[in-house]
Amino acid sequence: MIEVRFGKQLPNLLLDIDFSAPSQGLTALFGRSGSGKTSIVQAIAGGLKPDSGRIAIGDRVFFDKAGGIDLDIHRRNIGYVFQDSRLFPHLTVRNNLLFGYKRAPGEHRFDLGTVVNLLDISSLLDRRPHHLSGGERQRVAIGRALLAQPTLLLMDEPLSSLDPPRKSELLSYIEGVRDELQVPILYISHAFNEVVRLADQLVIVDAGRVVLCGPLMDVASDTTVAPLIGRFDAGSIIECTVATHDNDVELSTLGFSGGQLRVPRVDLAIGTRVRVRIRSRDVAISLSRPMDVSITNRLPGTLLSLTPRDGPYVDAHIDVGGATVRALITRESSGRLGLEPGLKVWALIKTVAFDSRSVGFIRRARSTTSPLE
Amino acid sequence: MLTPLEIEALSLSLRVAAVASLACLLPAVGVAWLLARTRMPGKTVLNVLVHAPLVLPPVVIGYLLLLLFGVKGPIGHWLYEIFGWRLVFTSGGAILAAAVMAFPLMVRAIRLSLDAVDQGLVFAARSLGASRADAFLTVTIPLMLPGILAGLMMAFAASLGEFGATITFASNVEGQTRTLPLAIYTATQVPGGEAAALRLVLIAVGLALLALVLSEVAERWARRTVYGT
Repeated sequence: MIEVRFGKQLPNLLLDIDFSAPSQGLTALFGRSGSGKTSIVQAIAGGLKPDSGRIAIGDRVFFDKAGGIDLDIHRRNIGYVFQDSRLFPHLTVRNNLLFGYKRAPGEHRFDLGTVVNLLDISSLLDRRPHHLSGGERQRVAIGRALLAQPTLLLMDEPLSSLDPPRKSELLSYIEGVRDELQVPILYISHAFNEVVRLADQLVIVDAGRVVLCGPLMDVASDTTVAPLIGRFDAGSIIECTVATHDNDVELSTLGFSGGQLRVPRVDLAIGTRVRVRIRSRDVAISLSRPMDVSITNRLPGTLLSLTPRDGPYVDAHIDVGGATVRALITRESSGRLGLEPGLKVWALIKTVAFDSRSVGFIRRARSTTSPLE
Repeated sequence: MLTPLEIEALSLSLRVAAVASLACLLPAVGVAWLLARTRMPGKTVLNVLVHAPLVLPPVVIGYLLLLLFGVKGPIGHWLYEIFGWRLVFTSGGAILAAAVMAFPLMVRAIRLSLDAVDQGLVFAARSLGASRADAFLTVTIPLMLPGILAGLMMAFAASLGEFGATITFASNVEGQTRTLPLAIYTATQVPGGEAAALRLVLIAVGLALLALVLSEVAERWARRTVYGT
């Protein structure tokens, strides 16, 4: 278990943090900028000394005010991936990677070959950080952290300095690390689509406090979270299985309990379990099955609830074969259609609304990559 | 081409400047670190002491050195009794005077480079298992290298030109303390010595330009080696 409970008065924020997460899989710390996410990770790493509380990973206590324990940064055995990569400019990529490796105590679980392969950085080994692109830098930074043989990998918005195509690319590598290596990850983000794609567990932080903490599906569908995610980014998450690929039209079909979703082609094998996020604002509601519209995804369901939101909006929850799809519509439309709970409706979702970052695969079967060395 | 006297003054200057700047190096790194990274009591006093040679007339520094390191001075007396060292009238004295005068310049250059080292990189090193000392030696010092080189060069150049403190403290002894500036001064004091003085001035100018070019090249090399730019 990762147990984090501490208090700290910062110049402009009072941190009162309490959460725990399993020491496996990826736990996302989600919150707005300035909510205290980075301070939490700093406290775990040893860069920020709490005023009170206790921080422990498994049976290793990093900090315990009552017990007078405050483990030195370099003895905490964590891997830290920073927003700005922080590669050592005076060392080659290889020596950057080996910096923590040489200093790691005990038996080494990850070796250079495995990590270099997983992150695809073998061609960069003799280069200097200055000659790397942003995405390459972050891959090397992740590799460097892993080779320090950490008991916990901390990632502080590792995608924030990258452009969208690079973000998507690095996400796949992070998924690779999550699935191939047995190291728990604490991942900070303020982008909800990253969280949906990567996380098993979700911790929501707001104004220095943990608002919610638990398995992703439970926390993400909690209505109290919607305002934090932002009205236009809120949505539902549905677990699907890749059913077919239609190469001629470049679309894929994903099956779930309530039917099928047509999405832009995903590069995943048929049968792969994926998690799809549908933003509420991308869903429209119809009373009958519309035949003469361009919208491909027409899902029959039952209206569960209508919740008024700030402004002219209503948040509609629709049960589609056991899955909940949320739609953000105007109060006016709701009145015009005479919507009320229990009504049979059709949820309409444009295929175009899905992008590569809203479809994430859940977990690959652990493949056995043999180390090169 | 050069007369034996000129060669003697030139080589003495180079030797004094080289030894003085190298001797400053470690203490300068230490003092720069103390000033930049610690909150020890008495830091202001240290800061003032180190920088005093920059603002005081060199003659005053020479006189203070004489008081402290003269054969009857508290430190000089002790050095003479125990080691048989005498700084006054010797090249050792010229080196000490040059070093004291160049020290603040070197501390400033090194401290600037220390301030410029990204603390984020040091924290990264610490998170990767490096102790404080380890991170200082393997990350901070290498990243300071261009600044350290610049400091060395500056101290070297300043030592080449040191005059006031040297002549006051170590005096003007041929072959021992008569560096180029002192030799030029001496030549101007002799009737008909203008030609000799001019030759020495040309040597000094040449040497200064050479040092300037070398320091530029060295700094660029260091920057490229360290930062890969």
